[in-house]
Amino acid sequence: MTPEENNETTETLGQNLIGNGVSRRTFLKFCSTVASAMALPPTAATAMAETLSKATRQSVIWLSFQECTGCTESITRSHKPTLESLIFDFVSLDYHHTLQAASGDAAEHAREEAQKAHKGKYILIVDGAIPVKDDGVYSTIAGITNLQMLKDVAADAAAIVSVGSCAAFGGLPKADPNPTGAVAVSDIIKDKPIINIPGCPPIPVVMTGVLAHVLTFGIPELDSHGRPVAFFGESIHDRCYRRPFYDRGLFAKAFDDEGARKGWCLFEVGCKGPTTHNACATVKWNNGTSFPIQSGHGCIGCSEPDFWDAGSFYKALSTGSMNPGEWATDALLAGAAVGVASGILNKASKSKAEKNHKPVTLEDMGGKNE
Amino acid sequence: MNEVELLNWARGPGLAYATVIMVFGLTIRVIEILSLGRPKELAKVRSSGTGDGLKLVVKRSLPEPRNWRFITASYIFHIGLLVVIFFFIPHTQFFRDVFGVFWGGWPNYIIDFFTVLSIAAMMYTLVQRRIDPSRRILTTVSDYVAWLVTFIPFVTGYMAFHRLGPDYTLMLALHILSVELLMIALPLTKLTHAVTFAISRYYTGSSMGRRGIKA
Ligand code: SF4
Repeated sequence: MTPEENNETTETLGQNLIGNGVSRRTFLKFCSTVASAMALPPTAATAMAETLSKATRQSVIWLSFQECTGCTESITRSHKPTLESLIFDFVSLDYHHTLQAASGDAAEHAREEAQKAHKGKYILIVDGAIPVKDDGVYSTIAGITNLQMLKDVAADAAAIVSVGSCAAFGGLPKADPNPTGAVAVSDIIKDKPIINIPGCPPIPVVMTGVLAHVLTFGIPELDSHGRPVAFFGESIHDRCYRRPFYDRGLFAKAFDDEGARKGWCLFEVGCKGPTTHNACATVKWNNGTSFPIQSGHGCIGCSEPDFWDAGSFYKALSTGSMNPGEWATDALLAGAAVGVASGILNKASKSKAEKNHKPVTLEDMGGKNE
Repeated sequence: MNEVELLNWARGPGLAYATVIMVFGLTIRVIEILSLGRPKELAKVRSSGTGDGLKLVVKRSLPEPRNWRFITASYIFHIGLLVVIFFFIPHTQFFRDVFGVFWGGWPNYIIDFFTVLSIAAMMYTLVQRRIDPSRRILTTVSDYVAWLVTFIPFVTGYMAFHRLGPDYTLMLALHILSVELLMIALPLTKLTHAVTFAISRYYTGSSMGRRGIKA
């Protein structure tokens, strides 16, 4: 059965939701959660619900490259069915090697079928970085390098969503010394719209919210790193509830001191909130329960490019990442050696000058004894 | 290079290079100065000169009753500079990381106050340099460079702190880079006085003392 013959892709999403026992109320609640998280006008929730329920399920091909499956875990793992999990009713996930039942040849066949059947219309979701060193041999699926598979599948995609910091920016695989030559999707694919949803992992509702936006209103407004402004427009620090303590200079100095117990700012124990753009402080995690700073740990900056190479997670943002103290000691010793050498040279030329010194007579100066 | 890469570079390799240039350069300069020694006293030596030397270190650090506006501005900016460098909490974290000592920082509003005051004072001194003919003649290009590399970190720091400019990450990177420029300029310009001022004042004072001149 080709995907075209598959009922699921031809029935509307509304019909599909009813079939799966999802009430209209739950569905509307999802739409308004997404709309409010993205700061869309109130009417957008209804419009989104209308559009989505009439739409046929969008074909999605999900490719996982050099990754840890944390992004998939984030979007799927919840104790009870959540609003986020609804996204799987919105899309026809034609290929996802962690979630699909098929394996081996059958799995690859499903991908090729979907590519053919929905040519130019499917959305490509990528998690994981792509190794490009040595022709990309460091990661292959069914004998095909990630690099080749990305190029093939991207060629006929309508749009690409890079989920997680690895796909968006290279992430952990790209961290120094980057042995596999890992790069982001946007480093390879230049001719397709790419939405980056970074985070290690990204917040589930951000992933589903962006997908819902793409399905209803198209590609959302993106910042200079290709991230949707609605979720990544503000820094963690801008929206952090510990901010008043930062401004007053009240800091936890350790994770178990009095300041920590009083909930003071975590800057001194390494919080990277000031330079990190994400929605953790507003949308939060685990159905809006909490986020790292609220549970007492500084932000590690996981939704920013190259965050693994920005020095220790536990050292303040205002410290050097390469231990300037050590460099200073070496420079001091070298400077002392050169200084002493030059001092000796100066002394030598001084004493030589003194030795060669002859008193000046009036005649030397061109004067005449008259 | 985007703003994040710029910040990572500034906090990593950039800072390391600037530290090396600054420490290397300043050490050479100080050792060279010290190894110059003193000229032979041709007259009878009146005293060891130690007391006079120390006295002049203090005396020349106190204001003289001349051109009080200019002197006040200079004081404000020097004090502001020290306060901002050593008592802004993120800066104290830097020093704690490098030297392992922590002396506590001051609340942001105090630092902010000193920053604004210092920026104003520095601008005043620059204007004075331009309009006062004798100062203008005495000022070299290197002096303007010294002024500029000291001024920029104040401005970029202020902008970063207040979230002014296009982007905080970028402003923070620019602030750190501007400080690195200042670090590099320290051994290469008159800014070396940050470490040699006491040596030169002591030298002058003790020479005068040894010759029996009132310091
Ligand atoms: S905990 Fe982090 S994000 Fe929150 S105010 Fe402090 S530095 Fe900013």
